[in-house]
Amino acid sequence: MTDIPNPMASQANPRGASLLRQDARTAKRNRAESRFKAYGIIAIGIGMLMLVILLSTIISRGTGAFQQTYLSLDVTLDAARLDKNGNRDIEEIKKVSTFGYKPLLVNAFEDLVASGAVESGLAPSDMSDILSKGAEARMRDAVLADPDLIGQTVSFDFLASGRVDGYLKGRVTRESIVNDKNINVAQLDLVDQMMNAGVLEKKFNVSFITGADSSDARPEAAGMGVSMVGSLTMMLVVLVLALPIGVAASIYLEEFAPKNWITDIIEVNISNLAAVPSIVFGILGLAVFINYMHLPNSAPLVGGLVLTLMTLPTIIISTRASLKSVPPSIRDAALGVGASKMQSVFHHVLPLAAPGILTGTIIGLAQALGETAPLLLIGMVGFIASNGPDSVGSALLSPNSAMPAQIYEWAKRADPAFYERAWGGIIILLVFLITMNFIAVMLRRRFERRW
Amino acid sequence: MPFSFLGNPLTLVLVVLAIAITGYALARSRAMARAGGDMRRLHSLPNYYGMTAAMFAAVPALGVLVIWLLAQPALIQNAVLPLLPADVTMSAGETSLVLSDVNRVAEGLDTAVAQGVLDAEAIAALRSDPTALRGILAGVGVALGSDVQPYILAAAQTARGLDARWDLIRAGVVIVLALTGLALAVRAADPAFRARNVVERGVLALLIAAASLAVLTTVGIVLSMVSESLNFFSQHPWQDFFLGSSWAPNFRGNSELSILPLLWGTLYISFIALLVAVPIGLYAAIYLSEYASPRLRAIAKPLLEILAGIPTIVYGLFALLTVGPFLVDVFGAGGALSMEGLRNGDPLMQGATAVITAGLVMGIMLIPFVSSLSDDIINAVPQSLRDGSYGLGATPSETIRSVVLPAALPGIVGAILLAASRAIGETMIVVLGAGAIARFSGNPFEAMTTITTRIVSQLTGDTDFASPETLVAFALGLTLFVLTLGLNVIALYIVRKYREQYE
Repeated sequence: MTDIPNPMASQANPRGASLLRQDARTAKRNRAESRFKAYGIIAIGIGMLMLVILLSTIISRGTGAFQQTYLSLDVTLDAARLDKNGNRDIEEIKKVSTFGYKPLLVNAFEDLVASGAVESGLAPSDMSDILSKGAEARMRDAVLADPDLIGQTVSFDFLASGRVDGYLKGRVTRESIVNDKNINVAQLDLVDQMMNAGVLEKKFNVSFITGADSSDARPEAAGMGVSMVGSLTMMLVVLVLALPIGVAASIYLEEFAPKNWITDIIEVNISNLAAVPSIVFGILGLAVFINYMHLPNSAPLVGGLVLTLMTLPTIIISTRASLKSVPPSIRDAALGVGASKMQSVFHHVLPLAAPGILTGTIIGLAQALGETAPLLLIGMVGFIASNGPDSVGSALLSPNSAMPAQIYEWAKRADPAFYERAWGGIIILLVFLITMNFIAVMLRRRFERRW
Repeated sequence: MPFSFLGNPLTLVLVVLAIAITGYALARSRAMARAGGDMRRLHSLPNYYGMTAAMFAAVPALGVLVIWLLAQPALIQNAVLPLLPADVTMSAGETSLVLSDVNRVAEGLDTAVAQGVLDAEAIAALRSDPTALRGILAGVGVALGSDVQPYILAAAQTARGLDARWDLIRAGVVIVLALTGLALAVRAADPAFRARNVVERGVLALLIAAASLAVLTTVGIVLSMVSESLNFFSQHPWQDFFLGSSWAPNFRGNSELSILPLLWGTLYISFIALLVAVPIGLYAAIYLSEYASPRLRAIAKPLLEILAGIPTIVYGLFALLTVGPFLVDVFGAGGALSMEGLRNGDPLMQGATAVITAGLVMGIMLIPFVSSLSDDIINAVPQSLRDGSYGLGATPSETIRSVVLPAALPGIVGAILLAASRAIGETMIVVLGAGAIARFSGNPFEAMTTITTRIVSQLTGDTDFASPETLVAFALGLTLFVLTLGLNVIALYIVRKYREQYE
């Protein structure tokens, strides 16, 4: 062992080294130590920073969608235009198209200028362009719902157009609209005046949460409501199918399966399915459910089936873990008092594992709720559902979108007003996910047993 | 037609369930009656007799129903094929095109009849003038691509007739099966009958069926993708797909459909993602498992894992609307690092969608994936190894670098491979953040496209499932499946092998 050089020999005065002063090598090693530690802190810091940036981006850019600009306007529903014969026949009133309501709107703006609340050199029809394109339809719907309104002066809250809304939210500026055909500076002046007069105001946007998607030209009217129904329908399908099948499969694998190659194949299969990219499940759904079985395109039922297949491995893995955590003494005790194997599982093990199974299922559902890629392939995107479904059957089978697919749809559109909707949609989606995860954590805290 | 309501599978299920419930009540009361009302004389608890009947009534009937529902479309398709002119059925592509037309017309007729627009006589009258049908169907919301050919209408009518008849036969078979099962079980309800054993065997069979559904899913994935991929390769040379050099789908035919540029984009983006995620994730895991106080660990670990729970669509939007524009500000025209001077006035980054955008965001998404997997693996390294190293005078970082990490290396490699498989299969981030141009380029600031992006674009919108431009998506999907499966199998193998060392 003499040929190993003594590391101390290179130093000038090995014996004279002080305990109080670090020698160069120790100092170097300590520096390396603190450097290494700093890398770790930096890594965690970057992770946290990304989380903060992500969440603050979502919140800062999405909260705008929950505020919407409305214009309250008194409109005289002129009987001479809406019901020429004066007999209040609903069929005849229906014949007046939304185009026929446009003059009423123009008159209302004329009245507003006449009342002195605002001044503008704009023609009244140009003034009415600051409203959403759906304003006429809104009046027509109100009249059709209650024909007695004809002849009266009714105060409506109209949606302002997406550009006006963007101007009040700071997204649209006087400089940015130079080449914009949809709005001009004079209209923005009018908007400022109306804002001061209190005719125009920003309110909480309920219809963003409950409403349906809208066409490209009306970002101000787009809402998440119908796609939310689509998502919830799919979650119902997933819950009804994936929970019983997943629990049954886990019970077999955990409690009954003999150790042989068939069981091995099933187990390897499940762990591999859990890692198959979600888009592959979309291809499966397209090929099997739509092309082969001719289930309707874009239907939440098909989406639910695809997501069920995708969530099953997650549920099976977590269910097996919670079955495994029930101690063998419970099974032995049940068998000891004469229960059959099946009775011991269903009467004792399963109830004890239930909170864990439920937690795993909720987490699996949360995963499925945020999944987008497979839904694109089965057509749950690019579809404008104007009305919510009216029954369970139509909720399952009539075309619909889902929350994440709706967000994707908005992200692809050209008008930046839709981006705000997309971020707002993400807030709604995250609220759902946070609630589900919170319930899962609560369940775990409340019912978790330490054996 | 009477009983035609039974053609609806949902109604049929309800009928079968009603029969099962009746059977439950009948068998239970019969067993009790034959035991003279004394439960002790029964072999099993009375409920088990009821359950036997319910099981015998419902399970075979519902099983047959499911298989029938799966098989009927294919059988009807076979029955319709001979009705089509021979020149149509020559090529596989054209046949499937015509068959989908037939299905569409049949569905349209069903809708029209359901809405009362057409009745049987009106449809018969249409035979002389099938071109009028297009307008009628458009009126009920079924848009057709072209005018209806007479043979398509004839085939659609045959298909509808067969469908309706088979629906009825199906209802009959299912209900008879349910009633037979019920009768058998009720007749057997006798005190000596071992009802519990029968029920338990039946339940076990159901459990096994549920467990094999996972295998069935895999089989379904493989079968559906392989058959469509074979269809694709029969129309498009495989040499071009695997060895070609460009991706230029053209819906008028003569497309160049090579996977290589897409694979390059996929691997490049995944590489950047791993470049971000692996060091950050690994250092975070090391710090959390070796240095952090329990309190910091309890806060930091769940916070990091929030990143893993955020849906990928959120990351996609983040890439498209936040990270992309930010990078353009820095590297794009007029940006601080655009290097316009070095590149003849060409900015480094042209648009917000680029390899680097998608790669960075995907990297953020993968941080918790790498960190929590590595954390588990580092924690599994026995404390005695660390203690030995400390005893020799090593600092914690020296211990980690020369003892803990080498011991954990196979597991960490496995974790990185799993992360790579996630990155390759990730869809939403690349759909929104990577762009749509297929090319071989080393510049990470250029837009490139990936396998998953192309699958989405080839299969969404109006697709014609007979053209190679659509079918290529299945071949891409199969490649993706094989790629990710291979990575997973290798990763699990490495992880499992490593675990055996210490347990």
